[in-house]
Amino acid sequence: MALAQIPNLVPVLPEIFVACMIMALLMLGVFQKGALADHDVKSFRLISGLSILVLALTGLLVVMVTGGRMMAFNNMFVVDGFAIYAKVLILIACASAIVMSSAYMERVGVARFEFSILIVFATLGMMMMVSANDLISLYMGLEMQSLSLYVIASFQRDDTRSTEAGLKYFVLGALASGMLLYGASMVYGFTGSTNFEILAAAIKGGNKSVGLIVGIVFVAAGLAFKVSAVPFHMWTPDVYEGAPTPVTAFFAVAPKIAALCLFVRVMVEPFGNAVESWRQVLIFISVASMILGAVAAVAQTNIKRLMAYSSIGHVGYALIGLCVANETGVRGILVYLAIYLFMNVGAFACILCMKRDDRMVEKISDLSGLSKSHPMIALALLIFMFSMAGVPPLAGFFAKLYIFWAAIESGLVVVAVIGVLTSVIGAFYYLRIVRVMYFEDSEAPLDTHVSRELRWVILAMAIIISFYFVQPNIILDPAAQAASTLFLR
Amino acid sequence: MDWPILSLVIFLPLVGVGLIAFVPADNQENARRVALWVSTGNFLVSLLIWFNFDRSTAAMQFVEEAEWMPMAGIAYRVGVDGISMLFVLLTTLLTPICVLSSWTAIKVRVKEYMIAFLILETFMVGMFAALDLFLFYIFFEAVLIPMFIIIGVWGGPRRIYATFKMFLYTLLGSVLMLLAMMAMYFDAGTTDITKLLVHDFPAKLEPWLWLAFFASFAIKVPMWPVHTWLPDAHVEAPTAGSVILAGVLLKFGGYGFLRFSLPMFPEASLAFTPLIYTLSIIAVIYTSLVALAQEDMKKLIAYSSVAHMGFVTIGAFTMTVQGIEGSIYQMLSHGVVSAALFLIVGVVYDREHSREISHYGGLVQRMPVYGITFMLFMLASVGLPGTGGFVGEFLVLLGAFRANSWVAALAATGVILGAVYMLYLYRRIVFGKLTKDHLKKILDMDKREMAVFAPLVIITLWMGIYPSSFLDVMHVSVEALLKQVETSLAAAGHIAVVGR
Repeated sequence: MALAQIPNLVPVLPEIFVACMIMALLMLGVFQKGALADHDVKSFRLISGLSILVLALTGLLVVMVTGGRMMAFNNMFVVDGFAIYAKVLILIACASAIVMSSAYMERVGVARFEFSILIVFATLGMMMMVSANDLISLYMGLEMQSLSLYVIASFQRDDTRSTEAGLKYFVLGALASGMLLYGASMVYGFTGSTNFEILAAAIKGGNKSVGLIVGIVFVAAGLAFKVSAVPFHMWTPDVYEGAPTPVTAFFAVAPKIAALCLFVRVMVEPFGNAVESWRQVLIFISVASMILGAVAAVAQTNIKRLMAYSSIGHVGYALIGLCVANETGVRGILVYLAIYLFMNVGAFACILCMKRDDRMVEKISDLSGLSKSHPMIALALLIFMFSMAGVPPLAGFFAKLYIFWAAIESGLVVVAVIGVLTSVIGAFYYLRIVRVMYFEDSEAPLDTHVSRELRWVILAMAIIISFYFVQPNIILDPAAQAASTLFLR
Repeated sequence: MDWPILSLVIFLPLVGVGLIAFVPADNQENARRVALWVSTGNFLVSLLIWFNFDRSTAAMQFVEEAEWMPMAGIAYRVGVDGISMLFVLLTTLLTPICVLSSWTAIKVRVKEYMIAFLILETFMVGMFAALDLFLFYIFFEAVLIPMFIIIGVWGGPRRIYATFKMFLYTLLGSVLMLLAMMAMYFDAGTTDITKLLVHDFPAKLEPWLWLAFFASFAIKVPMWPVHTWLPDAHVEAPTAGSVILAGVLLKFGGYGFLRFSLPMFPEASLAFTPLIYTLSIIAVIYTSLVALAQEDMKKLIAYSSVAHMGFVTIGAFTMTVQGIEGSIYQMLSHGVVSAALFLIVGVVYDREHSREISHYGGLVQRMPVYGITFMLFMLASVGLPGTGGFVGEFLVLLGAFRANSWVAALAATGVILGAVYMLYLYRRIVFGKLTKDHLKKILDMDKREMAVFAPLVIITLWMGIYPSSFLDVMHVSVEALLKQVETSLAAAGHIAVVGR
């Protein structure tokens, strides 16, 4: 009897571990509370530290639980090389977000232990997203992540900007989820299943009815919202600007990576056989994101808004790989995401150092004279900016190289040409930051004190970005392996 | 030589960067010294290449290969032939001169300045030595980072405009080249330049590839009408920045035409030769006239650079031995002479902080050594026999005459115009009576400045008096290049376009 069998839970082990640990940490936080007045900060530090430990252990579990393509929960959950690669990136991103936030949270007086627990909750959601093998488990993972993110966005609840950001994010996010669900229901209605493998088989078998295509487009629109691709990007600059800076640092990296990986899996696995039907849509989304990301960022004065537009542009480049929709393309995306992770974490760590009289400042002009007051941080930010502009020999160049490589290989020359041209426009605004730091002098320099964690994060990321060229295979090989698992069938 | 001498020359400056990084920021003297010693040492090491270079073969020498990105077949491949070897030496020669010339002129952020120059040297040498498409591209574009910083931080009042213009112009050209390189890989299945040199690209693809490379190299050369970034960059750059810009960076374009466009896309090169001739002749005549009207010394020399580079592109596309050798020779002598001319401007700029021609006059009264040095390089720039400038221009005109006498005739007017604006400049600055009060106490060149000019003077005269020592190096490689072009063109049905 099937019922009597114990389900094979090995593939889900990392997720189960995270879920249990969240409960434990939550209880620990609650019971610790209330004894002393300054206990908030203390328990915040303890829980943050433990959360990082949990994420590290999870990473270990993720890497250890291997065995080809494994299924769980009645084929709703899949673990393959792609999922493992994505989970490792997500865990690195989430852990660094917690590391970077601690000093800020204590300074502005919102050091509550729930913050890191919420991030771990979101991590769990993201891990489920990238392992989804069914439209239903996809939605569950996505919502688990999104709900945590809405709360995190408005975590600084006395601050109107933060709450506004959270509300905006919530309303628009709910809209996107609705679109996604609507699309999923259409897909289900026209194929009779929500499972990715059955869907793939159905489409391969010739089911390309209009209803199904409409469903696919709705699903793609919902996911495009989550990755903030044009024309579903409107929320990004506002949320990035409004949310507390460490939260922005988190938003810009981990959820983006998770959503893009999910996007890739959904388009390639179940809908891969209908690629001719959705390629044009994605080409439009990708080109529009690149153009808007480059052009709109030029006029920004707030560095967080600038980073928002920059991330829109980066999503556009990554999506070129999805337009290609083959192994080279997905490999390109995966390398892009890894390097994007390091560049953005580094850049946001530098932004988190921007404070004057112990208050955060976030205008680009506040960076003026940084090369004199903080030579090392200025140098690191210079490296990140040149890397984002795609100038060799920094890592960002290789990220773009693999993407354009895939585009040229499969004949998407026009997209590639638009891509490189927008990258020149993009270079303009990245250079603007270098200009402000190096070529302009400041009347009011920023505070010289920089917390130790931030220093280490910046140093590590700057080293990775500058010396990636020495051994590009470190990221390239795992990415290629991960990409190949998506195209096994 | 069984030890990696080329890699040593490429990466030795980075060792200097590491050393300078540990010098305390307030100890400027040590930063300067380390930079000078490292770059001089690098020049001495690179001389080993000169002495061990086999002048009888066109094959790549000192080749090194190491696995890098096996997935795409991209490897770390370096090596030099008779064409690139001389540029490597030009680079290693000019870097210590730049360091020495900035000794007193740069007073703020000395450490960063020296680091930027050493990194720049690594990228420049790597660019000339690269034998892999993508390695070439990486070095080619990476140069922009230190150059952007050098002009932006230590430049003149309009430095931000100038440095952005330089960066974005060059980047725009080179990203298109990047796409073309990928297309080349997918057609040929390799990124090894030595293999690509003999690969026959499909006739449909070739013009597009040629145009993409042209976009990049034409901006770098720079050719009219995309030369406008150069005068701005030169005027705003610190003296040593101008030296390296004129001395080495401008050669990237000419070198690229000879390394990529001609041998890899011979049919497209043949088809686009009229375009190159037209743009080059406009550059020679028009920018010479523009130079005549300049009030700023650096701007004048910058425009003269554009005109001289016009000769380079004409020579390269004549597809004759004389033309191509002349083109390389012109690049080398221009690398030395224009570098020296910018240094000449730097000498008086350091004293007077003005580059206006009208600010000066009658300098020979107080600065005789300066006057003589200036005269030598001025005449070399004009192309006086006995200086390096003559050989290059003469060979180019000879080659051009064989290919197209109209081109030769029009280009020759550029020589006359060159003499006009250079002599006019020299007269206004050096000759005449010393009437301006602020110049009454100006001092002649000191020992350090003479040390800066000494090697350049020797090389300019050497190049003019005994050109064979340089022509011998490049001759076999140029022959091989032409042979390659000839066979490809003959295969495509073009007969006897190549002059040997």
